[in-house]
Amino acid sequence: MKFTLSWLKEHLDTGADAATIADKATNIGLEVEHVEDKAASLAAFTVARVISAVPHPNADKLRLCMVDTGRETAQVVCGAPNAREGLVGVFAPPGTYIPGSDFTLSIAKIRGVESRGMLCSERELLLSNEHDGIIELPPDTKIGSPAAAALGLTDPVIDVAITPNRGDCTSVYGIARDLAAARLGTLKSGAVTPVPGQFPSPIRISLEFPAGAETACPIFAGRLIRGVKNGPSPEWVQKRLKAIGLRPISALVDVTNLIAHDRGRPLHAFDAGKLKGHMRARLATPGETLLALDGKTYTLDSEMTVIADEATARGIAGVMGGEDTGCTEDTTQMFVESAYFDPIRTARTGRTLGIVSDARYRFERGVDPEFVIPGLELATQLILEFCGGEPSEIVVAGAVPQWKRAIPFSATEVKRLAGLDMPQTEIVAILTRLGFEISGQAALSVVPPSWRSDVHGPADLVEEVVRIHGLENVPAAPMSRPYAVARAVLTSAQRREGLARRALATCGFDECVHFSFIPRAHAALFGGGDEARQLENPISADLDAMRPSLLPSLLAAAARNQARGFSHAMLFEIGAQFESGVPEAQTDVAAGIRAGEPPRHWLKAASAPDIFTAKADCLAALEAAWGGPVTAPVQPGAAPWYHPGRSGTIALGPKVLAYFGELHPRIIAAFDLKGPVSGFEIFLDAIPEPKARPTKARAKLDASDLMAVERDFAFVVDAVITADQILKAARAADRQLIERVELFDIYEGKGVPEGKKSLAIAVTLQPKERTLTEAEIDAVAQKIVNAVTKATGGVLRS
Amino acid sequence: MTDIADSERDILAAIDAAKDERALDEVRVAALGKKGTIAELLKTLGALSPDERKIKGPIFNSLRDRVTTAIAARKKALEDAVLDARLHSERVDVTLPAPEIPRGTIHPVSHVKDEIIAILADLDFKVAEGPDIESDDYNFTRLNIPAEHPARQMHDTFYMKPQADGTRPLLRTHTSPVQVRTMLSQKPPIRVIAPGRTYRCDSDATHSPMFHQVEGLVIDEETHLGHLKWVLQEFCKAFFEVPQVTMRLRPSYFPFTEPSMEVDIQCDRSGGQIRFGEGKDWLEIAGSGMVHPRVLELCGIDPKRYQGYAFGFGIDRLAMLKYGIPDLRPFFDSDLRWLKHYGFAALDIPALHEGLSR
Repeated sequence: MKFTLSWLKEHLDTGADAATIADKATNIGLEVEHVEDKAASLAAFTVARVISAVPHPNADKLRLCMVDTGRETAQVVCGAPNAREGLVGVFAPPGTYIPGSDFTLSIAKIRGVESRGMLCSERELLLSNEHDGIIELPPDTKIGSPAAAALGLTDPVIDVAITPNRGDCTSVYGIARDLAAARLGTLKSGAVTPVPGQFPSPIRISLEFPAGAETACPIFAGRLIRGVKNGPSPEWVQKRLKAIGLRPISALVDVTNLIAHDRGRPLHAFDAGKLKGHMRARLATPGETLLALDGKTYTLDSEMTVIADEATARGIAGVMGGEDTGCTEDTTQMFVESAYFDPIRTARTGRTLGIVSDARYRFERGVDPEFVIPGLELATQLILEFCGGEPSEIVVAGAVPQWKRAIPFSATEVKRLAGLDMPQTEIVAILTRLGFEISGQAALSVVPPSWRSDVHGPADLVEEVVRIHGLENVPAAPMSRPYAVARAVLTSAQRREGLARRALATCGFDECVHFSFIPRAHAALFGGGDEARQLENPISADLDAMRPSLLPSLLAAAARNQARGFSHAMLFEIGAQFESGVPEAQTDVAAGIRAGEPPRHWLKAASAPDIFTAKADCLAALEAAWGGPVTAPVQPGAAPWYHPGRSGTIALGPKVLAYFGELHPRIIAAFDLKGPVSGFEIFLDAIPEPKARPTKARAKLDASDLMAVERDFAFVVDAVITADQILKAARAADRQLIERVELFDIYEGKGVPEGKKSLAIAVTLQPKERTLTEAEIDAVAQKIVNAVTKATGGVLRS
Repeated sequence: MTDIADSERDILAAIDAAKDERALDEVRVAALGKKGTIAELLKTLGALSPDERKIKGPIFNSLRDRVTTAIAARKKALEDAVLDARLHSERVDVTLPAPEIPRGTIHPVSHVKDEIIAILADLDFKVAEGPDIESDDYNFTRLNIPAEHPARQMHDTFYMKPQADGTRPLLRTHTSPVQVRTMLSQKPPIRVIAPGRTYRCDSDATHSPMFHQVEGLVIDEETHLGHLKWVLQEFCKAFFEVPQVTMRLRPSYFPFTEPSMEVDIQCDRSGGQIRFGEGKDWLEIAGSGMVHPRVLELCGIDPKRYQGYAFGFGIDRLAMLKYGIPDLRPFFDSDLRWLKHYGFAALDIPALHEGLSR
């Protein structure tokens, strides 16, 4: 919402300058986004006269002008066709920033002749697109005076962002009214003197709505004005419209635009000569079309309101008029429409049709229902003043909708919600200044004014009081501390996520955050891409599927980095994967990948991505999140996007805690990745909750003083036997004495029969009571050999 | 006696001359061995008279001690020389690069989220969570944004395809549905923050279709606007790690709060860097307000008894402001150069007692 300072002052008696007004407006909730003050931004530009203009010695199209700037005589090279002796124009001295050309002027030689300044066009000053010639000012303009004043641009333009609830401030008058309530000045009377009709309107109007849809347009008023002579509107009107970025069209149209911005009252001016019979407001018939003023044809539906004559729809109610019945230079009789349209219906219509208009902007925020008739009278006045003519009597269908509602209110609400101690008299005074009617003593009854359709309850009234009183006057109040020393607030799940994150970064992974939606083709590779997980309106065709796994985003990121020349990446992300398209069907996952050969190193390169780096990464994060060693078993194989023989699953019963492994070669190829790629996915929600314990005390450390004994064994077993089988059997051989069993070598090849392998383990025996004798050690060793042989069929390698 | 002196001189000379341990050992055997020079001398003692023995005994013994000491010293010197020679031969180029211990990074969004939690946890704000895919009811209706409300249009909502159960869920446009979930599942007093991903169908240089918000919600019997103001002020000081901030609350409009206000803080943007606690520019950093009574009602809380406030910050925006990250879109692009540059070390865990950041 834009307006000029002088326009505001037409409604508000105030001595305040633009900056003060802007501050106050922002303070009361009318956020000033911008104050454009040409007098300030064009301060360097002055009025100057061309003393002489002769052809440039070296260029046909250029002229050499001697310019009287009021301070000196400057030589200026000028290319404008209208540069001539005696012209009074706008001069920019060297060093001036030219906003329309975005450069700072310097003394320059143009085709060998020095130019000390510039005569400017309107475009160069960002006043218009006019660039065919330089600006010409009246000959008697004072030489050397500020150009902005000479151009009539001393009026600052203020741009206010109006929040969707403040329909009452979509007009200059409304803003003046709010500022007056904030005591920035006195609101001048906005009363409109009715213009008596001189004949009955030959056009009658009616409301034709089916039961239940009457609220679409509760009141519709109009009047015919005949004998008008349309033409350009007066200079002051044009200037005002231009200042806020509107294009003056003709007096009849400009009047409606002026009143929309001045009073927030949208109107429509029909050329009555082009209307067929009487007018009505009704719902559109499905499929009905209308060529609107923007030159586009719209197809309407039965939820939309139209203004129609007896032939067809002539306007989309509250949104835009029809092209065929618009006023033109030839219009001699016109019909002015002033109505109240339902905000919701108007918003829906505008949105469905994709039309943004000044009328829609106001109707959807709610216009003042009491100003339907005064708005029409004001339009009549101005039309008669600008275009002459003779007005009919006003015709009205329907009635002003009921807007009065009493809100029970207590002044204590201000203290309760805002913490502000204010005497009731002051609260009442503020509401009264805003136009609210208040009755009662302690239990107040407050009736909002007709223009405040947004105020419904006590909280709204508190807001009114607080914003006018000033939020800066609300004292900050410390919140209570529920506990003297703060307590932990995170849930165990939240804590797990943080631990996994820190663990992975410690292992060398860089954390990423990726969009939750990915290309459908990628989703399909990871078990997703189904219709239910598709977005209806994706931002782009390749961000259309909710991700079924975090891996595709990570793989795509690694591929992007490879394309940038970084062949090796260790990336992880913690976030949601989506199991379906409904709420709460998402799983919290920590996933990571190593992609590409690690950088070469003369001594020891980083581990290359393979199943065992993936397993180590996975266990590091899982253990950090779990808070201890992972006791869940590892099973071969994982999800289909992993290498079937080089991947594993860690699960507790049916609950999968994690997948890890090398990625399937087809997946690596699909993402165009170079080099090996391994990865893991940890399903954080599946990690068991820590057991609640009554004490933080740890179990007593049982460290023996006796020397431990280590013995190595190598077993030749069938190739299908797993390390786990041997380790488990060895561990179980003597649970008392065997403290640790570790695998330290695997051998296949010479000396070991085909189809067999040799696994070497180190067993640590920890005596608890006394040192072991050789015989006892041998006995345990035999138990170990027997146990492994029994479990795996392996034989001790000699 | 000269014999003894000569012997001693010869032995010591031989010790000195020994080039290695073997040579030294030969000298030792020759001097101290069973048939060595000194042993032979000692043998002569038996033939002497007690008086002579009294004189010569100590002389021979002290000779033996001196030789023993000299051999030990020589042995030590030889060992040292051997070790020195080995160490010399083992010298390497210390400028050679050591194997790298990989150093990962924490994403700025995670780090800033942890900072926010660290600050507000001190005031006992719990961390609440909710799903990214939401119902229309929780994202809009119960937040007092009925269908066709103009505010709903400002949200640029992503919708899911219609589901088997006939619903058309959406991607939450703000973290406010977590407020709804919290109020529906907990009894006041409530103090929570809800950080998380949010989505708007909007993408340009300054917008991303996914971004992060953190919402704060307090519901009890006495919390009012003054408390909100205090919390915002204290939060900003703590977050930006400055002793003072100048804050401005501007009346604004959100359907779910009444009164509603936007929060600006003063800053200095001169010199291409942003500083808080000084300067003349205003920077919008949050939306806030008292929870609308209608929202309380729709979430099963009696607005006559309970009241409270809500506020919302953009996590990415806070990260950009505090750490001078110029653009939003690279947050989600995972360019390794960006991650390494703007990311945080694994052990930079924000904590109030240590300082939130380095």
